[in-house]
Amino acid sequence: MDLKVNLGELSLKNPVMTASGTFGYGLEFTPYGRLEELGAIVVKGLSLKPRKGNPMPRITETPCGMLNAIGLQNIGVEKFIQDKLPLLPWKKTPVVVNLYAQSAAEFADLARILKSEPGVGALEVNISCPNVSQGGLQFGQDPSAAAAVVDRVKSNAGSKPVIVKLSPNVSDIRAVALAAESSGADIISLINTLGGMAVDVGTRKPCLANVFGGLSGPAIKPVALKMVFEVCRAVNLPVIGLGGIVSARDVLEFILVGASAVQVGTASFTRPDKVFSLVGELKELADELEISSWEAFRGSLHI
Amino acid sequence: MKQSINPARPSCLKVQILGISYARSGNFFHLYLEPTPWESRPGQFVMLRPQGWDNDPIWPRPFSICEKNDDSLRIFIQIVGRGTGLISRLQPGSTLHIWGPLGNGFQFSPDMPLLILAGGMGIAPFVGLCKSHPNPELIRFIFGHRMDIGCYPFAELPPASSRIHLQQTGQADIFDFQRLLRQEIEDCPAGSRILACGPTPFLKVVQEYARESVKDAWMSLENKMACGVGACLGCVTMTSSGDYVQTCSHGPVFRAEDVVFEE
Repeated sequence: MDLKVNLGELSLKNPVMTASGTFGYGLEFTPYGRLEELGAIVVKGLSLKPRKGNPMPRITETPCGMLNAIGLQNIGVEKFIQDKLPLLPWKKTPVVVNLYAQSAAEFADLARILKSEPGVGALEVNISCPNVSQGGLQFGQDPSAAAAVVDRVKSNAGSKPVIVKLSPNVSDIRAVALAAESSGADIISLINTLGGMAVDVGTRKPCLANVFGGLSGPAIKPVALKMVFEVCRAVNLPVIGLGGIVSARDVLEFILVGASAVQVGTASFTRPDKVFSLVGELKELADELEISSWEAFRGSLHI
Repeated sequence: MKQSINPARPSCLKVQILGISYARSGNFFHLYLEPTPWESRPGQFVMLRPQGWDNDPIWPRPFSICEKNDDSLRIFIQIVGRGTGLISRLQPGSTLHIWGPLGNGFQFSPDMPLLILAGGMGIAPFVGLCKSHPNPELIRFIFGHRMDIGCYPFAELPPASSRIHLQQTGQADIFDFQRLLRQEIEDCPAGSRILACGPTPFLKVVQEYARESVKDAWMSLENKMACGVGACLGCVTMTSSGDYVQTCSHGPVFRAEDVVFEE
């Protein structure tokens, strides 16, 4: 079967994207696979100015997962455009730039800078980072704040599709998804990490300098699957599912509950060639399960 | 291992364990893996992930390359937690994924006198370096350790190098070792290079003494890593320029004066 999928204006050769923050700027993975074979490359969250990130320790391993509190360390949007983007195979596979800002105005500035970059296939608005003091979650937990940010990005993004990445750390994720939809989002992606913490009884210290972090990995997959299912039923936009995907079977589970595409995150830490091998495994498994087309399979869960 | 690969670039390979040998006491062992076609330099490292690790542990584990030759790639490991414990119980014939060579490694020219300072497991990257060095008489090797010397591959170091080891069982030994380090660093002749690897308190001391006597010192740092390839930003080191950089891809070897040790 042809793995090609369209998320509105964003066309992917297959539904396997990388997840922001787990794939660097893409170039880190070139020894391990062909970037152009991925559905899309989603790069580390970028801000207007470079960010230093949080103090160490920033990561800790948990059962079937990990906590991180990186704090959006990044080189800044200008340096990305100058040094990284030209080296990415953006003519062959879309490069999605994940955006982080502390205010709606800064989000608008980022969109304005990126809208005329031919190498940028779409923007992903991060209103869901749990590890920064300002911005991030304060937009993602309040539907009206989320709507305001999405509106500003959309009206400054020109023709670039705008993806809104949602946080699971809310009481009703559908409300934020609907707010994003009504303010012009083209695509919804979910879920970002779940808030969590880990402590050491020997040292009596938290395992992360930031105390709290974001939980990712297979441990969160059931939570992600439920929320993707709920959001797919609530909105009329294409949805990108993510959270704990490590296998082709996981990819199909998210599509079965309604997602059009997926992002693979923490799995790229288990092995740097993992996301590349998933594309081939997905094709094999789809054929084995006699899936004739994504349109027929997507959301076809029998309940 | 049948993958066709470019030896000049890192790659992810599936290899078999050829053998495991346990050191004299307790928690140290040597893992011998099928040889890899990489052109690696001493001080570079690999990530290991046994095939049986499905989703737990989620991360692979980083290890410096202890020695590499035509017969095998050797890793020297101390059991410090769950991951290393699981690896220690693997059997010859079992497979694991390995990717590397990662990081920058030590830079030196073969005619340059080397003062190598190692603490504990910090000996690991230097075993292959010394054994393959064309002029081992140019190497002066100072090794501080807590466990019995038989636990470490110290006796393998070339006899032509001058080798000193000092066991630390109490605070007085630590002071003695520090005095020795200060003396060795001060006496290190111009044109030579200091290479160090070991626990952070040890590296702090090396950095301080090298700064005092303005010596050309390089140190290999250790950090928990999720990816090993520069993507996760979980293993960063603070540098004197005020930026956090990935220990895995910008290091693990840094010029001593460029490292800022944070509490």
